[in-house]
Amino acid sequence: MTAPDPGSLLHPVAGCADLVPRHVVKARLLGQDLAVWRADDDFVNVWADRCIHRGVRLTVAANDGAELVCPYHGWRYSNRSGNCAYMPAHPSDAPPRRLRVPTFRSEERYGLIWSGGSPEAEPPRLPHLEGEDTLVLRALPVNAPPDLALQGLLEWPCQPVPAPGDGASISCDSAGPFAVAVTARTGGTEEAVVHFVQPVDGGRCVIRPVMRGAPAADRRLSILRHHARQLEELRTRLESSAGSPVAVRGPSTPLQPLRRPTATAVSGRAPQLEVCVARKWLTAEGIAAFELAPVSGQLPSFQPGAHVDVHLPNGLVRQYSLTNGPGLTSVYRLGVKLEPDSRGGSRCMHVSVHEGDRLQLSEPHNNFPLRRDAARTVLIAGGIGVTPLLAMAQTLQRQELAYELHYFAQSDDHLAFGEVLEPLSTGLVKHLGLSPDQTADEIKKITHDYGTASHLYVCGPGPMIEATRAIAADSGWPEDAVHFEYFKNESELHDASSFEVRLARTGQTLVVGPGVSLLDSLRDAGVDMPSSCEQGVCGTCMATVLEGELDHQDVFFNDSERAAGDRILTCVSRAGGHKIVLDL
Amino acid sequence: MTITNGRRSGAATGPADPVAIDQWYAITALDEIPIGRTVRTELLGVPMSYCRDHDGSPLAWLTQDSLPAGAPVDARTLHAPLPTLADYGYLWTTVGEPDGGLFDIPETAEPDRRILNAGTFGIFTSGPRAVENFLDMGHLPFVHPGVLGQQPFTEIVDYQVEYRSSEIYAVNCLIFQPKAAAASTSGQMVNYTFRVPHPLCALLYKSTPEDDVRLDVIGLFVHPIDDGRVRAHLFNCLLDTVNTDGQLRRFQQGVLAQDKPILENQVPRQLPLDPDAEAPTRADKTSNAYRRWLSDLGMTYGVVARSNS
Ligand code: FES
Ligand SMILES: [Fe+2]
Repeated sequence: MTAPDPGSLLHPVAGCADLVPRHVVKARLLGQDLAVWRADDDFVNVWADRCIHRGVRLTVAANDGAELVCPYHGWRYSNRSGNCAYMPAHPSDAPPRRLRVPTFRSEERYGLIWSGGSPEAEPPRLPHLEGEDTLVLRALPVNAPPDLALQGLLEWPCQPVPAPGDGASISCDSAGPFAVAVTARTGGTEEAVVHFVQPVDGGRCVIRPVMRGAPAADRRLSILRHHARQLEELRTRLESSAGSPVAVRGPSTPLQPLRRPTATAVSGRAPQLEVCVARKWLTAEGIAAFELAPVSGQLPSFQPGAHVDVHLPNGLVRQYSLTNGPGLTSVYRLGVKLEPDSRGGSRCMHVSVHEGDRLQLSEPHNNFPLRRDAARTVLIAGGIGVTPLLAMAQTLQRQELAYELHYFAQSDDHLAFGEVLEPLSTGLVKHLGLSPDQTADEIKKITHDYGTASHLYVCGPGPMIEATRAIAADSGWPEDAVHFEYFKNESELHDASSFEVRLARTGQTLVVGPGVSLLDSLRDAGVDMPSSCEQGVCGTCMATVLEGELDHQDVFFNDSERAAGDRILTCVSRAGGHKIVLDL
Repeated sequence: MTITNGRRSGAATGPADPVAIDQWYAITALDEIPIGRTVRTELLGVPMSYCRDHDGSPLAWLTQDSLPAGAPVDARTLHAPLPTLADYGYLWTTVGEPDGGLFDIPETAEPDRRILNAGTFGIFTSGPRAVENFLDMGHLPFVHPGVLGQQPFTEIVDYQVEYRSSEIYAVNCLIFQPKAAAASTSGQMVNYTFRVPHPLCALLYKSTPEDDVRLDVIGLFVHPIDDGRVRAHLFNCLLDTVNTDGQLRRFQQGVLAQDKPILENQVPRQLPLDPDAEAPTRADKTSNAYRRWLSDLGMTYGVVARSNS
């Protein structure tokens, strides 16, 4: 039998108990340095120990419970995915999804964390340790090659317990390619210890003994001492027979990081993810909440303000903001308000989508990004408009950045996600049952004193966003400090014009006729344009304009962005004159 | 790193990199060098020694067995002395054949300038990693919070990088600083210019509350002991009339003490020149330019050279 490739197997890299909350533990497996950390949701991350930005070890990063924060430039990396979640030097940019720390598998068994291995590999299952508690004994690093340690463990078996008694029969056997089991039988009792050998690199290993059963407290200390002493002796023997310097033989295969489907070329508006409705509940009067779990693998990471397109069973596509705070990476959490005049989107979500159903989603898009470099951040939510702002508030709260969340709603019963609002209480201000005029008065009070480095984010019904933008402008807020996201484009769309479009990169010229959108014409000409809302709200279908007058019909750009005339939302906007030139 | 015979006769070992060899390096501040007593060190992995002669002029030579550390030195009996310069307050030497003298710092000629070595730090890193850290604005709010930067004001707005007579300049570099001036009660944006005139020396020009026109000059001169260990000298050329030398030193040493643990946790210690080896952003324009410049110079010492060049 040929020995299995160590790179195809899972190996222990740490004891579960070593992963103290909010710490990062250093490990090494088959020549790869690893940073191992447990997030607050108990997920154990095994990552390459190196910030992808400028190479700082992530074992010196801060674990804030949801993200690792590199000490050099503050890049934040998300639990589970290892995606860069924030680059502080560029507060208004969503980091590209390709910015990701290489991640490795992590499994827990017998009180140890296991990593490496091929995707199908399982941690070993040993009869010696099954069916009972285990006690993880002290791990011992040894400056000797793993095969030498395995051989030594067989040659000089460690007694499982201090004094097994007369007539005890001791047996020692190889329990798989990287483990040695020792069993002592006396009468009816049997004690077993398995020594797992973690191959650190060609010349070093860590012996990790695990004992079956949890010995009574009064025996525990003597057992721990006994093992510590035996292993120390073994180490001395091994290191002297390994000689010095240790001949470092390289690992046969380097550790393979997990591959993740990253930012697939966004094709049109096709769904990219399959999820399952893990939970659905009524979170407020007329508002259903959904938790969507991945059917396989992990969900792509996203930044606060992001939304996904949900492909509904009835064929409609609707955008919903993600309410997740930074700690929640296992599901996407959405809130959907039942619109009385629903065209079928919210009704379908409320009535026809149930727990256990499958749904198709796009990857998250973020056209409403949150800056985290403000001296003051004001979040203004009208009704269901709270959803993206909840993600923002939780992010700011976790980073201990000052914010105010002004939540305008009809009544207490209309406040969604009470369990999320609860811990936000320091920044949360509720404004209940106000008329539009009273709302405007409140917003005036909130925005009356603009100071530099202040940013305002507003999401809610169209008229409320309009009012807020106008009030803020009156109080001296510069346009680039006021960020907004509409639910829908309520303006009347005009598509009667016809115009010519030249694509500067490909040299093509197309004609957009009446009744046809620029987006559709581009797609017909073979340009792979991403899109999401297709009504001029979300900004996903944006193109850069090199020349020509524009007829903006979206609700995405602010006035100065419109006036600049260098970008266009291709789903609804058109040329103002006869011709435009796009950077496509 | 390949070890070959050094360029200078008698140099036992040294790098095979002519770019690194043929440079002047600041070894130690002149006023910290003992008179007539041997101090041993290494330069680019080559053992060398230095001292000051009885007239104060610097001496440097390839280490010889007859002169152990502390041994009295007679300049006339030194065989194979190395060329030296006494510029900007430091002893500069080389194990190669530099083409000309040192880069110019015109400000040092102004009579009212305070010129001093504000500190020398031993750091386990390569020269290029140390220089890149000095050129890096994005780290200020994280590594020097409350001093040279402050969270959450972390944005690096666009700035310009230029090449002027084969030196790198980064201009209009703005960073929010909490205590830009002694009198300021709130923070303010400070404008920096960075200049890289030498593979292992960089300068930074910064406005000062004491003069409306002229700028304070702060320099980092790196002495590469080998490709993973340096001694970093912080050169000050200031218009400061308020602080004592001790205060200036304490300030700069506090700053470098914050950088040291970061630099010592960067892997690899050598600076990767391949653009894909690490993930730069727009804020890293200066560092990108520096990496490209080193690559174009053909520097191979203290760096991980590009695979395709
Ligand atoms: S090196 Fe980690 S954030 Fe820059
Ligand atoms: Fe620094």
